[in-house]
Amino acid sequence: MAMEKAGEVLFRPIFDNNPIALQILGICSALAVTIKLSTTLTIIAAVLFVLASANFMISIIRNLIPSSIRMIVQITIIASLVIVVDQVLQAYTYEISRDLSIFVGLIITNCIIMGRAEAYAMHNPPLLATMDGLGNALGYGLVLLFVGVFRELFGAGTLLGITILPPVSDGGWYYTNGMMMLPPGAFFLIGGFIWLLRAWKTAQVEEPLFRLAPNSRPEAD
Amino acid sequence: MPTYEHSGWHILLVAFLVCLVCGVVVSATAVALRPMQQENRLRFRQVNILQAADLYRPGMEMQAAFERIERRFVELETGKQVAMPPEYDPWRAVRDPELSRPLEEDPAHIRRVPRVAEVWLIQDEAGRLQRVVLPVRGLGAWSIMSGFIALEPDLNTIAGIRFYDHGETPGLGGEIEKPRWQRNWVGKKLFDESGAVAIEVVKGGAARDDPAFVHRVDAISGASITSRGVHNLVRFWVGEAGYGPCLARLREEYRNSAR
Repeated sequence: MAMEKAGEVLFRPIFDNNPIALQILGICSALAVTIKLSTTLTIIAAVLFVLASANFMISIIRNLIPSSIRMIVQITIIASLVIVVDQVLQAYTYEISRDLSIFVGLIITNCIIMGRAEAYAMHNPPLLATMDGLGNALGYGLVLLFVGVFRELFGAGTLLGITILPPVSDGGWYYTNGMMMLPPGAFFLIGGFIWLLRAWKTAQVEEPLFRLAPNSRPEAD
Repeated sequence: MPTYEHSGWHILLVAFLVCLVCGVVVSATAVALRPMQQENRLRFRQVNILQAADLYRPGMEMQAAFERIERRFVELETGKQVAMPPEYDPWRAVRDPELSRPLEEDPAHIRRVPRVAEVWLIQDEAGRLQRVVLPVRGLGAWSIMSGFIALEPDLNTIAGIRFYDHGETPGLGGEIEKPRWQRNWVGKKLFDESGAVAIEVVKGGAARDDPAFVHRVDAISGASITSRGVHNLVRFWVGEAGYGPCLARLREEYRNSAR
């Protein structure tokens, strides 16, 4: 395959090939961690680190990994990176790591990471693989940011803990939107994001599965 | 993708090397960061204790504040003070059959209690007892709720309550972590004149002129199971099966030293 430019590899997954919005991967964590913006930003940073590093490391040894154990090797590397991230979060941002609890560990199971490792890092040189990792993580981050901002703002009236819409329960005027605090709210927001994205980039709109053929029977006399 | 077959030895070698490198990196990180993590855990608990006692101010000197806080290990059944190693964690002891016992009457649904629990005694600058903080926990609607209840020196009036860990529904049972609801507890009394456990969490609380006002805390609308869970766990832990004997002893101790 012809050598791609690093810039293209980096920016394509943000809007043109977004992992959540087009590849439909990695939605699970998007539902769980986006209740607050602080946890959203932390997970985005964690995924940026893991995805870029995992792609980089796997790409460096891609010719040495035997095909029969390649998936296990990939997941070992990914899991180790996630454990390191989890330990660092517990050491340096303890409050946030308590909020995130098991969801940092669940990054290991995030389909985007394994997906890019297998689809891209195994076949491409390290620089491009790192760019691809960063690009996909940025695309993922964009969707999570969109969902996180809406969920915290309309679900709790705050952003990063700062009250913007004073809720009725604290003596204000804003009736908080309970749906935003629950996973289905995140689902609807992701759907909304996909809709907006495809209105802008109409190339992503899928072909309908079937079309009605014109009626072949002649009109009755 | 490599197009040639790898030999069996190559496969084993790659597997071994990957595991070795990953293992070393993960272990090194964990060991290097452990002191910071333990420090964080301790500080988190300290902040929660101070918050329960309503003595926490953001940016305060934790070291100085904790010099006036005594961590005391008490044998629950007798209320006697005992010595335990500093790493002793009553909630972990619950899993050890030697260090805990099962409950026949278990209104808080915690199944077992440790034989030795810990309480925190906070002194003011003059050295007088200011607060007693009791760790409590019990089952809510969806999770075990863990918190601290802080008492004034009379060991009857509640100075504050704080839940630092729970899995209740945000906006409903989750309100137990909000100061707005926790404020309802301040000034309430645990025991009535006869010394029986009188504290209750009830729908609607009580009117100010109702004699039971001082014993009743308003439950949370839409969170009856969580509220019942809090009701049960508080009553359990301040009762005979919980810190009751310990509180009785503390009352004696401080009555004697106050003279």
